[in-house]
Amino acid sequence: MAKQYEFPSKGLPYLLVLPQMVVVFVFFFWPAAQAVWQSFFLQDPFGGTMIFVGLENYTNLFKDPTYWQSFGRSFLYAALVAFTAMASALFLAVQANKKIRAASFYKTMLIWPYAVATMVAGVLWLFMFNPNVGVIAYFLKHSLGIEWDHLLNSTQAFLLVTIAASWKQIAYNFVFFLAGLQSVPAALVEAAAIDGAGPGKRFWKIVFPLLSPTTFYLLVMNVVYGFFETFPIIHQATQGGPGQATNILVYKVWRDGVVNLDLGSSSSQSVVLMILVIGLTIVQFRFIERKVTY
Amino acid sequence: MKRAVAVLIAALAVFSAFAEPINIDFWHAMTGKNAEMIQTLCDKFNASQTEYKVNAVFKGTYIDTMNAGIAAFRAGQAPGIIQVYEVGTATMMAAKAVKPVYRLMAENKVKFDPKAYIPTITGYYSTSKGEMLSMPFNSSTAVMYYNKDAFRKAGLDPEKPPVTWPEFFETAKKLKASGMEGGFSTNWISWIQLENFSAWHNQPFGTKANGFNGLDTELKFNGPLQKKHFQTIADLSKDKTFIYGGRENKANPLFTSGQVGMHFESIGGYANFKNTCKFEFGVARLPYYPDQKGAPQNSIIGGASLWVFNGKQPAEYKGIANFFAFLSQPEIQAFFHQGTGYLPITKAAYELTKSQGFYQANPGPEVAILQLLNKAPTENSLGLRFGYMPQIREIEDQTWEDILAGKISVSDGLDKMVKEGNLKLREFQRLNK
Repeated sequence: MAKQYEFPSKGLPYLLVLPQMVVVFVFFFWPAAQAVWQSFFLQDPFGGTMIFVGLENYTNLFKDPTYWQSFGRSFLYAALVAFTAMASALFLAVQANKKIRAASFYKTMLIWPYAVATMVAGVLWLFMFNPNVGVIAYFLKHSLGIEWDHLLNSTQAFLLVTIAASWKQIAYNFVFFLAGLQSVPAALVEAAAIDGAGPGKRFWKIVFPLLSPTTFYLLVMNVVYGFFETFPIIHQATQGGPGQATNILVYKVWRDGVVNLDLGSSSSQSVVLMILVIGLTIVQFRFIERKVTY
Repeated sequence: MKRAVAVLIAALAVFSAFAEPINIDFWHAMTGKNAEMIQTLCDKFNASQTEYKVNAVFKGTYIDTMNAGIAAFRAGQAPGIIQVYEVGTATMMAAKAVKPVYRLMAENKVKFDPKAYIPTITGYYSTSKGEMLSMPFNSSTAVMYYNKDAFRKAGLDPEKPPVTWPEFFETAKKLKASGMEGGFSTNWISWIQLENFSAWHNQPFGTKANGFNGLDTELKFNGPLQKKHFQTIADLSKDKTFIYGGRENKANPLFTSGQVGMHFESIGGYANFKNTCKFEFGVARLPYYPDQKGAPQNSIIGGASLWVFNGKQPAEYKGIANFFAFLSQPEIQAFFHQGTGYLPITKAAYELTKSQGFYQANPGPEVAILQLLNKAPTENSLGLRFGYMPQIREIEDQTWEDILAGKISVSDGLDKMVKEGNLKLREFQRLNK
């Protein structure tokens, strides 16, 4: 049994966590509380008039069919982004972890996209897929006969932002998966090989379960990424269009708040989004984490 | 001795306080060449007198600048002058955070003649009684650009661009038939094909003189003319005679890369096209439907104006009023107009530029000015005054895309734009009663 130390005074521990608590309070709780407060008002952006409207901002939201559409889109989008980004990163990490020539070169190259700003990533993909002047759009049209027009075709637009957002996140996931793979004891894998387990079996029965803490962490991070941080890509590539096809919740919050200066509605949307992500994280911790072996 | 030093120091302090000019912050959203022009204007003003110093500060996009202004105002740190884009006009007007320009000028007894300005430009930023609320700064209007080389290739006369919409659509088909990817494209479906289109045909965009006469205005742009126009364009998109290039000004590459032969864009894009187009292009007026009585009327503006915040010191207001008077001088206007491509805001500046021979080398901007001056504006063509305008435009963009994708009919689509836009107007009315 390890020896336990006790702080001489009751106040000291509180004092020690105080700086962190101040940061959390000022930058997280305070704005969140303000969003909740503002969501009950109609407000003139200059702060002149504030009309208390109770839950009206919320009821208006839920009455709006396009909001529900945006809801569905966001879930699908976050799920697709998280899956694509994690699956591709895992595959690449497994390949890069093999004893191959120039492994460190590949590793470096694969980490590079992480250094690209999300806004720039959006522009990059937008240019390649621009229906009129984009390289890939041209190739699709002239070599494969696929008419690429994400400006009007909602499925293609959705696909474009999903691919772009996933691509941006692969590098991040790759670093974690690679680190995770390197901490899998080689002896276990070798022992399994001697016992006659093929590469597939070795991966799914030994490596993948041992990676589960990493995978779980990344799952939480990627879902949050899909919901919140892919905003610049949407902004650059589609601006939520065509129609409402890529108007995910966080983008709508930004547009209604910052561009349209409709603070009440924007606040209520961000409260909904906040509850949603808190809920999702709780679900992940309660139900998925049980399957994780640390 | 000590006392003498103290007196001297005190005297110096007083003296330097007098010598120190009053600082006026001017927040703007211009980049590149246009930002340099703003700096030059401020430098010229600062050099012309010693009492005031205007500091130009770049604050990002129009949206960023407006948000920065709002945040600063709420924190009691507002700048003296802020540049706000035209769709923010109703919000600024209703805000009670601003000092109207007409009052600013009157209070400071600065020489100011509202009649010297081009009515379609100042009208956009004035009350229905003609009181100027903000100072027009960079104004533009929508025009038609066409590829003269492509016209020649299609056997069309490059000096005779189509004048009416029926002629225009025929020309577009011929251009496509000559081997082009498409016939035409347009930027800003909301600003050009609805707002300007309605004004150009003297049709109301909304009730209450397009919102000038009250917050209880309703949108009205779903009339038969607009429906006919959208139907024609939507039909032409099926065989790519019309190519959709995206929202705002995202359709430009279609024209500059030579995929379409005709294109609608702000005159503000003139310099950009001059730099990027590898072919000879011309600028023409917006087409009109000849069977529409009163068409063509006059087009309306886009761009931005300068607003003055409440709660400043009288001395600062005096400086701002002087700065605005300085900006309105024909020489300064002509200089800004020729350097940026934005339209001059006074008739004198237009005449001056003309006499300097500027339009011989740059015929495009003159087309735009004459289009604004075409007729004395009516209540349908003075401008627009609607709250939540960015949202209304967004609704229009989204629905237009759904129309082109075949998800909704043209008629239902325009009705939907009006219906959803009106909901936004009611919200705005409720908030600003």
